[in-house]
Amino acid sequence: MTSLNEEVEMLRKIPLFAAIDPAKLKLLAFASDRKIYNAGQDLFKQGDPGDAAFVIVNGDADIIVTADNKEVVVATVTKNEIIGEISILCEVPRTATVRAKDKLEVLTIKKEHFIGLLTQVPTLGVEVMRELASRLQKTTTELSEARQELSQKK
Amino acid sequence: MERNLLKYIWGHSRRDQLWMLVIILASMPTYFLSLELPKRIVNSPIQGVGFETPGATSKFLETHLPFGEALFGKPVLLFSGFEMERISFLIALSTTFLLLVIANGLFKLYINTYKGRMGERILRRMRYELFDRVMRYPLSRFRRTKASEVASMIKDEVEPMGEYIGDAFTQPLFLGGQALVALLFIFLQNFWLGVATFVVVAFQAWLIPLLRKRLIELQRQRQIGARKFAGRLGEIVEGIQDTHTNDTTNYHRAEITDILGNLFFIRFELFQRKFMVKFINNFLIQFLAFFFYAVGGYLAIKGTLDIGQLIGVIVAYKDLPAPVRGLIDQDQKRLTVEVRYAQIIEQFAAGDLKEAKYQTIPDGEIPHITKGYEVNRLSVIDDTGSKLIENASADIKAGERVAIIGDFNSGASSFVEVLGGVIKPTGGRIYLDDKPIDEQPEYFTGRRLGYIDGSTYFPQGSILDVLTYVLKNQPVQTETNTKKAKSLEQIETIRAGNFEFDLSDEWLDYQRLGFSNLHDFIEYLREILIDVDMENDIRAFGLRGTIDPEKHTALTNELLEARKKFRARLEELGFSEFVEPFDPQLYNEQSSIGENLLFGTAIDEEYKLVNLPKNKLVLETLIEENLNEPLYEMGKNVAETTLELFGDLNIDDPFFDQLTYMSADELPEYKKILSRIGSKPSAEINIYDRLMIMRLPLAYTEGQNRLGLLTDDLKNKILKARSNLRKKLEALPEMPIGLYEPETYNSAASIQDNVLLGRISSTVPEGLERVTEAIRDLLEEMHLTDDIFNIGLDFNIGSGGKRLTEVQRQKLHLARTLLKKPDILIANQGMNTLGTRQQENIVQTVLKWSDKNGSGIIWVPMSPSFAKFFDRVLVFDSGVLIADGKPEELLETNETYKMLIT
Repeated sequence: MTSLNEEVEMLRKIPLFAAIDPAKLKLLAFASDRKIYNAGQDLFKQGDPGDAAFVIVNGDADIIVTADNKEVVVATVTKNEIIGEISILCEVPRTATVRAKDKLEVLTIKKEHFIGLLTQVPTLGVEVMRELASRLQKTTTELSEARQELSQKK
Repeated sequence: MERNLLKYIWGHSRRDQLWMLVIILASMPTYFLSLELPKRIVNSPIQGVGFETPGATSKFLETHLPFGEALFGKPVLLFSGFEMERISFLIALSTTFLLLVIANGLFKLYINTYKGRMGERILRRMRYELFDRVMRYPLSRFRRTKASEVASMIKDEVEPMGEYIGDAFTQPLFLGGQALVALLFIFLQNFWLGVATFVVVAFQAWLIPLLRKRLIELQRQRQIGARKFAGRLGEIVEGIQDTHTNDTTNYHRAEITDILGNLFFIRFELFQRKFMVKFINNFLIQFLAFFFYAVGGYLAIKGTLDIGQLIGVIVAYKDLPAPVRGLIDQDQKRLTVEVRYAQIIEQFAAGDLKEAKYQTIPDGEIPHITKGYEVNRLSVIDDTGSKLIENASADIKAGERVAIIGDFNSGASSFVEVLGGVIKPTGGRIYLDDKPIDEQPEYFTGRRLGYIDGSTYFPQGSILDVLTYVLKNQPVQTETNTKKAKSLEQIETIRAGNFEFDLSDEWLDYQRLGFSNLHDFIEYLREILIDVDMENDIRAFGLRGTIDPEKHTALTNELLEARKKFRARLEELGFSEFVEPFDPQLYNEQSSIGENLLFGTAIDEEYKLVNLPKNKLVLETLIEENLNEPLYEMGKNVAETTLELFGDLNIDDPFFDQLTYMSADELPEYKKILSRIGSKPSAEINIYDRLMIMRLPLAYTEGQNRLGLLTDDLKNKILKARSNLRKKLEALPEMPIGLYEPETYNSAASIQDNVLLGRISSTVPEGLERVTEAIRDLLEEMHLTDDIFNIGLDFNIGSGGKRLTEVQRQKLHLARTLLKKPDILIANQGMNTLGTRQQENIVQTVLKWSDKNGSGIIWVPMSPSFAKFFDRVLVFDSGVLIADGKPEELLETNETYKMLIT
């Protein structure tokens, strides 16, 4: 059993939380539930309503997208990474399924806690914006590449 | 019921009242003798009258015939008595006095007991008769009657009559006699003074009732006011939820204040009047005294009146005021209770009572419904005059399965209400098996018809009580029942004219359904609960229920076995990592420190977690094990950390959800406590602060709160303290906690917790659900499902069934109606809180049930689309029956039907 202080250390390693006051991180850690998933168990499914974000403490998880009834692993996340934070920011259903690859230990951050922290810690808001902006930028690049490819194929 | 209270009392206690009179008369001589004797004791043996010479004797018990001298001209000696000396005479007279006092006391005891019993009997009869009327009121009447007003009338308003009844006849006779004798004496002394006295008393007798008129009116108002008060109180409590959700507590405060104010002023005026009447009374009586002294004295001085006569008048007069006042008081009482009685009778005198013959207990078999309904030109108009049904005619045969549909307010619902006998038609005829439905006895309609609607009210009791209620129609005739000796209770029941059947007889009549033993009946009951999809709920109640190991020895042992099996299988089930069983030798990480210390469930309030810091035994143990200081330090630490984490958050911040060992609103209090404590040594801390701090570590769970405060050393100390405390607890006369002991059943914990005997870690998603399911499977495998089900049937549903959900209540309502196997089941939108899908399932189930039993069904479905499952459909539109036929035919011929079902 890890203690709160260890969890705080871990949260600090996540870029999103790096700039936050340790006292606030401790509160976040305190409020978060530690959960253990067995290999093959789903943290959530594509289409579920999003109610929590997860920080991986130990183990790996697959991010799986289902299209045409086929499951495709699009990415794998590992220790100290955060998943599911987008869908708790805007009320959209989960865009992918996350499944434990082996025994997976996570810290569950409930939606209301995350939002609560956002309103209290402006720097966290900026961090989230930065993250979102960089993802948007990435997506836009990918989109324009895809468009180019598409137009070349025509 | 008799409208005149005195007639009512006389009618039911004539013999007792006469006997009372005889006894009172018989007690008179002893009473007067006991007043007379002290005078003789003082005069004769003590002062020495008749013992002037030494050795003189006097006669003891010398008796002359009363009025002998007047009748025969000379004293007639009845008994010559015993010759006695002065001392012996004193002793003899004193002893006689003692005996007279005892006899007198015994008379009083007998008279009072007799009067009391007589009063109670009549009171009991009165209450029973009133209740009987409540049972016979037409249903429509209850729409205007407040339950608590009825309760107030039957319980409180008749109460004062009990006291009055015993005195109703004897007291006025007795007091009147005394007054007459006193008056007669005055007349004998002096005719004119007698006339004067008579005039004053007569004036009083005329004046007082006049003054009382207003008093009677006030008493009536007081009674109505008090009843209204009870009625409103009852209503407010019933509707308490809306009171809170609409912030109307203050409106009710004002309302009750108003009622109390009215009551106050009525009562105040009542007092004023009452004491004014008293004052006038006293004055008139004392005026006589003035009259005797002034006028009588004047006449005596003038010489027209003999001094001796005047003294005689005054002495005789002394005896007059007491009985006159008594009579007036008695009359006052009579008026009060008569007003009360009249008020109550008025309320209960409704002319449309159901005749008693319709509610009797029948002899022999009750016939089944063979023909069914015949409805001819039925119309229903409600209180407000709006037409609910117009001229509807339809016959429904005994086994038919009919859906009755229509829009809201179409009349479909009212139609089945009439069929169920819940409302009365205003026009037309409705026959059930060739007889108007309201002339069929209730034992026929009540057992052969089943009626349900959306309303569910269940009195407090177990689920089994709710279900079997419908079979408690009459006591099951058994041999012991008829042979039972007449007990005092039964004799009294008969004397008070109460109900002849005994509640302690077996009322649950499952034989009527063809079951010879309770076990088969319960099995049948279970099938019905499966049908209405409630069996799982009942089993869940069972798992959450507690049992008494002494009553359920076999089950207890099985459950202990289940516990062992469950533990052995933790690994296999994949629970080993997150279910932590309670082991007396180990510290349980998923439980709080307090729970680890106590290692049991509190039975005694003093052993609840919050009360542990105050508990003497626990405190003693903590000190002995050197834990008191470390835990205190830990508590301070917890408080500080918590303040640091949560100190600047708003009280409604979602983060507070995770705070388990204190509540958000306690945080400021802890802030104050910490600043008071500062760096003071622990010996100087006041008791309150210390208690508050000590509560924290005891509620702290390392596995969940993760502050990293629990060291191995501390854990070991707690384990030692646990066994130390256990020894202390075992020395107590009664164990105040249910123990966590692998080999013992914990009667304070639920069945599920007993099988688990451990804690589920919070780290596992859906841990509780998975464990519950595993336990359920295990118990099924061990064939304990039936037992769990039976325990579930004992679940207490709470006042009005409030511990059940509305859906559960409606399902139970249906289940118990199916249970009695009615010939025709009438359902008036009965399952309206269920989802459409569930409702459809229920309809299908009920139709299958009717296939099996051959019962007819008349169903008003929530959704008209269910009509297609029935053999016949009646369609109502604005109170008119517009179509009647098979659903598939109507689909083609009737537009309204088509529109309704799509």
